[in-house]
Amino acid sequence: MWRDTLLVAGKDLRIEARSRVALSQVVPFGVVALVLFAFALGPDRTRMAAGAPGLFWLAVLFCAVLAVQRSVAVESVDGARDGLRLSGLDPAGLFLGKASAIAAQLIVLEVVLGVGVVLLYGARITTPWLIVASCLLGTLGLAATGTLYGALSAGLRVRETLLPFLLLPIAAPVLLAGTRIWQAGMAGGTAADGSQWLRLLVVFDAVYLALGVVVYGPIQESA
Amino acid sequence: MAPPDPSPPAVFLRHAVALSGRFPLLTGVDLTVARGETVLIEGPNGAGKTSLLRVCAGLVPLSSGRVAVFGLDPVRQSNGVRRRIGLLSHASHLYDDLSVRENIRFAVRAAGGEVARIEDACARLGLTGRLAKTTAAKLSAGQRRRVALAVLVARWPELWLLDEPHAGLDASARSVLNSLVADAAASGASVVIASHEPEFVGSLATRAVTVTGGRVTAERRIAAAPAEPRDQPPAALVARADGVPGGRVAHVA
Amino acid sequence: MSATRVPPPLSPRARWTVRSIGAAAAVGMALTVWLGLWVTPPDQVQGNLVRLVYIHPGVAWVALYLAFGLAAVASLLYLWPRTRSLFWDRLAAAAVEVGVVFNVCTLVSGSIWGRPTWGVYWAWDARLTLTAILLVLFLGYIALRRLPADPEKRAKRSAFVCLFAAVDIPIDHFSVLWWRTLHQGATVLNPDLSPTIHGSMAWTLLISFLSLTLVFVWMLLVRYRIGVLEDWLGSGELDVALRQRQAEGSSAGTADGATGTDALGTGPREPVPSLVPTPSSPDPAGVVAAGHPAVPERAR
Repeated sequence: MWRDTLLVAGKDLRIEARSRVALSQVVPFGVVALVLFAFALGPDRTRMAAGAPGLFWLAVLFCAVLAVQRSVAVESVDGARDGLRLSGLDPAGLFLGKASAIAAQLIVLEVVLGVGVVLLYGARITTPWLIVASCLLGTLGLAATGTLYGALSAGLRVRETLLPFLLLPIAAPVLLAGTRIWQAGMAGGTAADGSQWLRLLVVFDAVYLALGVVVYGPIQESA
Repeated sequence: MAPPDPSPPAVFLRHAVALSGRFPLLTGVDLTVARGETVLIEGPNGAGKTSLLRVCAGLVPLSSGRVAVFGLDPVRQSNGVRRRIGLLSHASHLYDDLSVRENIRFAVRAAGGEVARIEDACARLGLTGRLAKTTAAKLSAGQRRRVALAVLVARWPELWLLDEPHAGLDASARSVLNSLVADAAASGASVVIASHEPEFVGSLATRAVTVTGGRVTAERRIAAAPAEPRDQPPAALVARADGVPGGRVAHVA
Repeated sequence: MSATRVPPPLSPRARWTVRSIGAAAAVGMALTVWLGLWVTPPDQVQGNLVRLVYIHPGVAWVALYLAFGLAAVASLLYLWPRTRSLFWDRLAAAAVEVGVVFNVCTLVSGSIWGRPTWGVYWAWDARLTLTAILLVLFLGYIALRRLPADPEKRAKRSAFVCLFAAVDIPIDHFSVLWWRTLHQGATVLNPDLSPTIHGSMAWTLLISFLSLTLVFVWMLLVRYRIGVLEDWLGSGELDVALRQRQAEGSSAGTADGATGTDALGTGPREPVPSLVPTPSSPDPAGVVAAGHPAVPERAR
């Protein structure tokens, strides 16, 4: 299973390295979202700094949808998805591989957006480890659920509109938890507030990673 | 009479009915392909030839009837069977952003094949030099077909399912393909070729099955005729294909 | 020949059961309305507004726990290979659809109650938020089911979506609860809607719960029956399609007999066998007799 994970993740990341879709389209979209949020919330710096955690995670969530769409689209061309099924790859490995590739892209995105939030909204980070932990755990959760829902909607013609509708409500706990942890990690928060939410994220990640490993095979067969 | 074969046949279908939504793809297929046999599936467009191959590969589940590949259900027991099957379909399963070499490497490694055989496979199909480094997006349809074939050659599975393999290939590629099929049959692999242009298949197959309306409607034996001048296989192969009555090769490599 | 096909009939006992549940539900609701509006006294604090307690918690209980719980269990049973049957899939779908109706009623009744009590139509308290998330998840399930697909694929996909949503609900519950209570800002609104209950109000509350449950069950059964009929209709089309496909084979065989098979000119050609379905071909009648759209081998 791990060998297949590395194989698939490597393939997806190599494709990304060649096509640079995440770097040239998804990340800039995230930055554009941050700018638009600023227009929406007005020029008051204190208000924006207070809203920074939520806006960061909102932007990450929307970009995650795009990253998942891209990951699914890669397999839709030339019947590649059938090819993966025929190859006898371990479905769990396939799931983890695709989720890892999405996670890697999201981490890069979060670094860029994090810098953007600090610069554009004047947010100030007091407890960096909380911020980093929330990003890592949140990314895992988004990647896991995204890969699952991507597979569920893979064969559908209306995937582009259906996937966000299905994925975003499920990802709501990540948004809630991420925002709260960031608030704890910024001016005025304490570690205690944050750790409870971190535990929630751990549970969320564990549940969806375990589910994915188990059901990805049957989902593939029904696509 | 040949002695009874103790191991299960390569492909076994009984009353196979397959659906896609409400549309019936197969309406009751009965077919048995013995190990080492080469069978031609012929029929008009839309007859169900592609669906038949996909059922054998385990991509399409049956809604009634039985299917067994090497004795196992290709959908429910896919673990034991997928890596022993190779399907060459209309789509080539290539990733547009990767090069030919990378695509083949990924496909072979994903299927558990040996990486060492990739070089030979590429050489045999003329995918060397600059072509090997070309991104898949820039390939022509015939070249994509050759890449998919190279994957098959590198994997050398026990059951070859070829869906209209000659379509889109030029004459030299077609003769390479025919020699490959002959080699596969000689090595004991079972081959099923679906084609609505059986003149290209020539004497590769020993049996031809006609599929129309989603089921088998006719069957005939093909005598091992001497090679047609148009599709002259390389001389080295003539000795193997000739002189074997009924064309059935019993030994397993 | 196929025009005289009749849908699988409802057995007399089933018909009687559905009717009596419907009747009991109607009686229960009438009782609730009478008790709720006339017999029970108004609350000291909330006045007549408290009468909404006979609706709101009841529909909330049905929507959140009964309907969704049933859908989740049914989906799980569908996915489990040993108990796989389209019955569970249809049940889950019916439960979700009825659940959506009750969910909307929960939100609306909560809203009506909230406006005079809190001054706003909506407040982000834990329960309302959770109900809203649940509604969106349900709607996603329904959206997925509307897409045309073969019944087993659709059933599998829907079951997975329901499963993922069911797993998400406890996590959402805690998230939203902590979100409300751990938030740094003070909560101005008191989200507690339940007044103190005793006496006739308690009885009426119990009756309202029972009646609403009966209404749910009745709607579930009716919706399930509609699902059966829809699938039966689809399988009839399948039957016709199977015959047409087989027929297309023969006409193509005789008309295009020369295509592609002459070129070799080797060996004798066998005649195309007759078109009457031989015993060896699958019996489409099996599909009709079973009355189920699925696969005779796997049908229940």
